[in-house]
Amino acid sequence: MSDDESGGEYGQSTEEQRAVVMGIDFRNDGLMLLTMLLGIYIIYLLAGLVIGFPFRGLMNQIGQLTFWIAVFAMASLALNLHWGYTGLFNIGIVGFMATGVYVTGILSKPVFGSGTSAAEIGGFGLPLWIGIIGGTVAAGLLGLIAALPALRLRADYLAIVTIALSEIVRFSLLSDSLSGHEIAGYRVGLGGGDGVILDYQDPLESLIRALSAPFDLILGEQGWLWNDVYLGIVVDFVANFIPNNPKPVVDNFAYSAVLLLILGGFYVVIRRMGNSPFGRVLKAIREDEDVTNALGKNTNMFKIKSFVVGCALMGLVGILWFGTQGSVTPNTFRPRITFYIWIALIIGGAGSNSGSVMGGAVFAAFLFQGPRYFKNVIETALGNPEAPSSFGQAMLPVSNGDVVPFLLYTLDSIRQLQLFMMGVVLIVLMHRRPDGMLGHRKEPASSIPLTRPIKRSGGGDTVATDGGETDE
Amino acid sequence: MGASSTYDRARSQIVEKPMTAVLGIIAVLLVFDLVRQLATGNLTIARMMSLVLDGVLRGLVIGLAGIGLSMTYSILNFANFAHGDYITAGAFSGWATTYVIAGGFGSAANIGSLALVGSGGSVFGGALGINAVQTPLAVLAGLVVSGVFTVALALAIDKFIYKPIRGSGGIPLLITSVGVAFALRYVIQFVFDSGTRGVTNTGSLPGIRPNVIDGTVAVTAHDVLLILVAGGLMLGVHILLQRTKLGKAMRAMSDDEALARITGIATERVIRSTWIIGGGLTGVSGFMFVLWKGTISWNDGWLLLLLIFAAVILGGIGSVYGAIAGGLVIGLTASTAVIWIPSGFARAAAFGVMILVLVVRPQGIFAGRSTA
Repeated sequence: MSDDESGGEYGQSTEEQRAVVMGIDFRNDGLMLLTMLLGIYIIYLLAGLVIGFPFRGLMNQIGQLTFWIAVFAMASLALNLHWGYTGLFNIGIVGFMATGVYVTGILSKPVFGSGTSAAEIGGFGLPLWIGIIGGTVAAGLLGLIAALPALRLRADYLAIVTIALSEIVRFSLLSDSLSGHEIAGYRVGLGGGDGVILDYQDPLESLIRALSAPFDLILGEQGWLWNDVYLGIVVDFVANFIPNNPKPVVDNFAYSAVLLLILGGFYVVIRRMGNSPFGRVLKAIREDEDVTNALGKNTNMFKIKSFVVGCALMGLVGILWFGTQGSVTPNTFRPRITFYIWIALIIGGAGSNSGSVMGGAVFAAFLFQGPRYFKNVIETALGNPEAPSSFGQAMLPVSNGDVVPFLLYTLDSIRQLQLFMMGVVLIVLMHRRPDGMLGHRKEPASSIPLTRPIKRSGGGDTVATDGGETDE
Repeated sequence: MGASSTYDRARSQIVEKPMTAVLGIIAVLLVFDLVRQLATGNLTIARMMSLVLDGVLRGLVIGLAGIGLSMTYSILNFANFAHGDYITAGAFSGWATTYVIAGGFGSAANIGSLALVGSGGSVFGGALGINAVQTPLAVLAGLVVSGVFTVALALAIDKFIYKPIRGSGGIPLLITSVGVAFALRYVIQFVFDSGTRGVTNTGSLPGIRPNVIDGTVAVTAHDVLLILVAGGLMLGVHILLQRTKLGKAMRAMSDDEALARITGIATERVIRSTWIIGGGLTGVSGFMFVLWKGTISWNDGWLLLLLIFAAVILGGIGSVYGAIAGGLVIGLTASTAVIWIPSGFARAAAFGVMILVLVVRPQGIFAGRSTA
């Protein structure tokens, strides 16, 4: 993931990669991202410590924060492939996520009546990894079905078609007529309004057990990595700090760490894709489809491929996001989740991968998790005061100069107000910084650097002068 | 014209437009199934007429709100995703007025609760006896306020939010409008709370139940009022756009803004008129929608928005008649789809119709006959 290396390889010399935000010149995007993440964690820790949050709660919050950062960063990377690279205005993201989660659930849930599950409807009882692959593929297939007719349309029409599609997906999941049927002897279904209980093996546990296979062979044990290392060493060690039931906290952290690794994978894949000849055609389509067409590229094919891959990745993000929640209901998948991801991408800057990750982190830390954390912290500090139940009761004392009930009501309804804030942030961004933090900086289209090599007086930065020599 | 040339033409049509042919076959099958259901008694004629009436009324609301969306879409060239929340804002402003007047300016209940449309279950519209016959003045005042308030809101949002970035193209404006939608919707939720509440007294609402062949079809006074208000406003817009210079200027602007400005059309004034007409109709449609269905909720407009988009695209962007016709088609689809498919898919069917039209005829049914 070294920025300098791959930047040089494809002719994006470090000059173009320079990240300047708020007057501070960072050497490259990666450094800036790390600085920012560090800053976010310090703010969270400080806020918790100052107020005297219990250690367990604080650790849970940090684990949660990491989870959200990873999830939103992955989702905005996938969206960046659509919008940032190809210029496809997809606002049906949540539909692809829902497809991924539901298909994974149905494939991997235990078989109905097998005695391992009390759920109303069962699944096919396949291993979880098959379910995850199946869910990802299903989201990609839905993308293909949507893409075939829709990609011929103008950007704003595509937007309306995709959001309508995501609502159609939600209505189908809600529908009673698909809630449960016998298929080839299995009782499966979408569960209707009650949703689906995701009672397959815990993803973290199955991952660690799978990784444990080579060790098991050598040591002749069952699930050595899970039983002896994870439960025996890691969890026991944390028990020194959190004596009371430390496993959920550790699980939280471990799962978030896995997500961060997958995020790294996303980044590499999408960056690789964007810098390949394939990606250059995508960018050309974004800038001017007619010209690209005239140059002999089958733009429709490129758009369909990009759309399908992006949708599959969105499905995967959905699985990673909702797959560990124990159960899902159709109404979780409302269009607002789509807009969360759009806001994250726009904050970071469409077209930039490091920007997408950064946007995801900023969104998760300050707009999504931040207000809730803030509410928790303040309420703990004030000793959980009673808030008025309606705007009227909150406003009544204001006429007498008492604004405390109003402030308490505001704090209490922070979950609604954070959506209001997101709207305002979106408006301000589009006014002040439509390209986001790192979006749409100049990228040379040639495969060798066009800038004059700069003579440097020693030092770390090496300008890649041999850029174009290496082949793909 | 011999039979063979007609046959040839039909064949070439099928080869050229396979999607259209498939849709035609599906339509024929649906009609056959309808006849079968009527013949076997699965579906009574009275029930079918009730569904059609429901669809027409729903379609009128969608069409009325769609006119404004269609006008701004064609003149300012962007899909306004905040339009649905203009509807909600109009509805709440109008109903706050209706509540305050029907509640005797605080004599029947706390004025704060009245102005917040009974948030938190503090006042109920049924208890105040609100309907078009018992409290005509309150309803009329609410209708006017909803229109006026939405005009003011639309103008203010345009001035401070859309106008500064109007030059940057349709997609940035669209994204901004999503931000506006979020901000508006959650302010409304913050102030008026998230509960859905009944606002009308339906018990004493006069209506007729005429006997149709095998049952009855209920028509209430609110249904009639909706038809009158929506029909009247649509006719008014038609006359305004056909008989005045404003209509001509609007058509010129949606064709080519630069050319319109060069010929001396005051484009900024035309844009303002667009927001005034569109905003007014939108607010009124929100008020009438709530009066007709009897409940109000903070996301009414948002839920209606996609249907309105479907109607506007179906009718062809920029066409007032298209928006009305598209509204009726979408309303009828959403209401009568339950004849053929499970009720959970009724709204999905309306979206499906929109997607199909986009695929088969992306310019819409009425395209090329733009009226505004």
